[in-house]
Amino acid sequence: MKIGLFIPCYVNQLYPNAAIATLELLQKLGADVSYPSKQTCCGQPMANSGYEHLTQSCNDLFIENFSGFDYVVAPSASCVLHIKDHLHSHADEKAAASIRGKIYELVEFLTDVLKIEKLDACFPHKVGLHQSCHGLRGLHLAQMSELVAPDFSKPKQLLNMVQGLELTELDRVDECCGFGGLFCIAEEAVSVKMGKDRITDHTKHGAEYITSPDLSCLMHMEGILQRNNSKVKIIHIAEILNCSSIKA
Amino acid sequence: MKGTQDHAALAEAFNKDEDRVDWHDGALWWIRQKRDRSANQTPQWEELREAASAIKSNVISNLHDYLLQFEENLKRNGVKVYWAADAEEHNQIIYKILSEKNINQMVKSKSMLTEECHLNEYLAERGIDVINSDLGEYIQQIDNEPPSHIVLPCIHKKKEEIGELFHEHLGTEKGLSDPTLLTRVARKHLRNVFMTRRAALTGVNFAVAETGEYVVCTNEGNADMGAHLCEVQIASMGLEKIVPERKHLGVFLRLLARSAIGQPITIYSSHFRKPRPGQEMHLVLVDKGRSALLARPDFRDSLKCIKCGGCMNTCPVYRKSGGLSYHNTISGPIGAILAPNLDMKKHADLPFASTLCGSCSNVCPVKIPIHDQLYKWRQVIVKEGYSASRKTFSMKAMALTLSSPEIYKTAGKTGRWILNHAPFAINNKFNPWYKQREMPDSPKQSFGEWYAKNGSKS
Repeated sequence: MKIGLFIPCYVNQLYPNAAIATLELLQKLGADVSYPSKQTCCGQPMANSGYEHLTQSCNDLFIENFSGFDYVVAPSASCVLHIKDHLHSHADEKAAASIRGKIYELVEFLTDVLKIEKLDACFPHKVGLHQSCHGLRGLHLAQMSELVAPDFSKPKQLLNMVQGLELTELDRVDECCGFGGLFCIAEEAVSVKMGKDRITDHTKHGAEYITSPDLSCLMHMEGILQRNNSKVKIIHIAEILNCSSIKA
Repeated sequence: MKGTQDHAALAEAFNKDEDRVDWHDGALWWIRQKRDRSANQTPQWEELREAASAIKSNVISNLHDYLLQFEENLKRNGVKVYWAADAEEHNQIIYKILSEKNINQMVKSKSMLTEECHLNEYLAERGIDVINSDLGEYIQQIDNEPPSHIVLPCIHKKKEEIGELFHEHLGTEKGLSDPTLLTRVARKHLRNVFMTRRAALTGVNFAVAETGEYVVCTNEGNADMGAHLCEVQIASMGLEKIVPERKHLGVFLRLLARSAIGQPITIYSSHFRKPRPGQEMHLVLVDKGRSALLARPDFRDSLKCIKCGGCMNTCPVYRKSGGLSYHNTISGPIGAILAPNLDMKKHADLPFASTLCGSCSNVCPVKIPIHDQLYKWRQVIVKEGYSASRKTFSMKAMALTLSSPEIYKTAGKTGRWILNHAPFAINNKFNPWYKQREMPDSPKQSFGEWYAKNGSKS
């Protein structure tokens, strides 16, 4: 089983540790992972801004980089959802469709494909889980609070395997953080207010860390936390799942 | 109206008073929670949504036939039927009905459509006085402000502000803000209105093609007061309000009030079918962009909307920016997908006033994929040339960078170098990110660079 590691552009540039943790975690679980070095971005920043028509060369590059793998795995729910929903090709739609079907966000890859039941990880901290909207309502990583349906949560399933980790509660279990891609710039006031309110929900329940399958949400909240000199940190879920007892 | 400011600017102004934002957000979240409790207590809630969506799919696919059937049955019941292509034609029809009877005062209830058509202003210019009798609408009318929410028109106003308005317009004691007492005053005032108006206009929640009856749902009973006391009863309805058969009402009436405010059903679900002896009934079928919407396959599902307002209550952007920041009669997520169809230039900002979180689509009782439509409207708006050229330029630059691994690597490296060595170039007031957020820490090497050195070893 050959796995292509897709590291989204901003994770590659700004959060390499989350990417390294993803790679190490997958390798620890026995997966054959490699990182195609010519990858860039899924094209979502353009598409969500209304410029999907400018994403064709991005799409072509993505297909070129990832066609040869059995699975594509990425530590970012939002980018994975974008590929699943919008990767198309004029030249080779079959190849595009194949990638749309075999791309997985890291958490769902661990729970649904590798079907892991235990983890050798330790993270003795109080952690609040931020459900990214694209992971939640797009990829269905957990049950959505609006629906009348049985509860489940793939990220919680994994976090519960981590020794010492205590999940903290939230008043609003799956409210959006307000990042929203270019929304965070175009609608700065509302975006920041949404982020502040999400953070408050975590901090008032005692979270020391906020984690998520999406770094974009975390990057936004980190910016607000740091501006306000908060001690609360953000951490990608891969870094927790890859945390050995020594590192923690 | 606050002029030509876009949603972002109006939302920023709304956010100047953070306590008010918290209060507004909390009030609407409370309603969302009521909706959740109510949905969870309803057996087969998700199946009900699915059924409602399917019934409405049938309606919009066969709208022509259902409308003709409805018209035929209305006529058989003795109701006069009119067709209006747009707001102007709608307003002319209403004016003609009233002026032929020498009526110069009318009471109105439960109609967002006539708000959209600016009927009150049109009639006022022609000497006809209209009073909105839904309490929230009434409050907005005396304040000369449009509704900020389709179900809760003055949800953005605090009770003290309403007390002040009542003091100014209805002569209540200064400082009186008790909701019960204020409501009693409004009730007394409106009683007199109902007793003296010869004409009453209502909106329509559901129009039954099979029988030619229409249903108006209210909690205050004001639609009934108006309709039962008047000699000329008028209804204005959008073409999409049809349901095929009476039995289908059971699905929609169970969903409407639960989705709107978490109430099992509205206090009044009034069926109007034929005029009383001596009374006239008129019904105006209004297109106003609906058939244009029907002709847009990507967006036609928005015609399923039953105007419950559930998407507004759940939308974090709506809750934290206020309905008036959408500068459109119908605000929130549903307004943002309906408005561009009516005037794309004027409403080009609205589909971008969303994080695409998708909560709206999940609460929608007729399962309109609202957030998918927001995404699709963005594509249409850009293609039709309604986005800023500055934005188009930067998007093209981004597309170029991201389609070349080499340019991307250089750009990434440069960006990180600037963050590390010249943060002042980014951390300044021209950067909206930096206004209230720190920039991310910039690592020395990217993952790609790390992998090139360590990847084979790991």
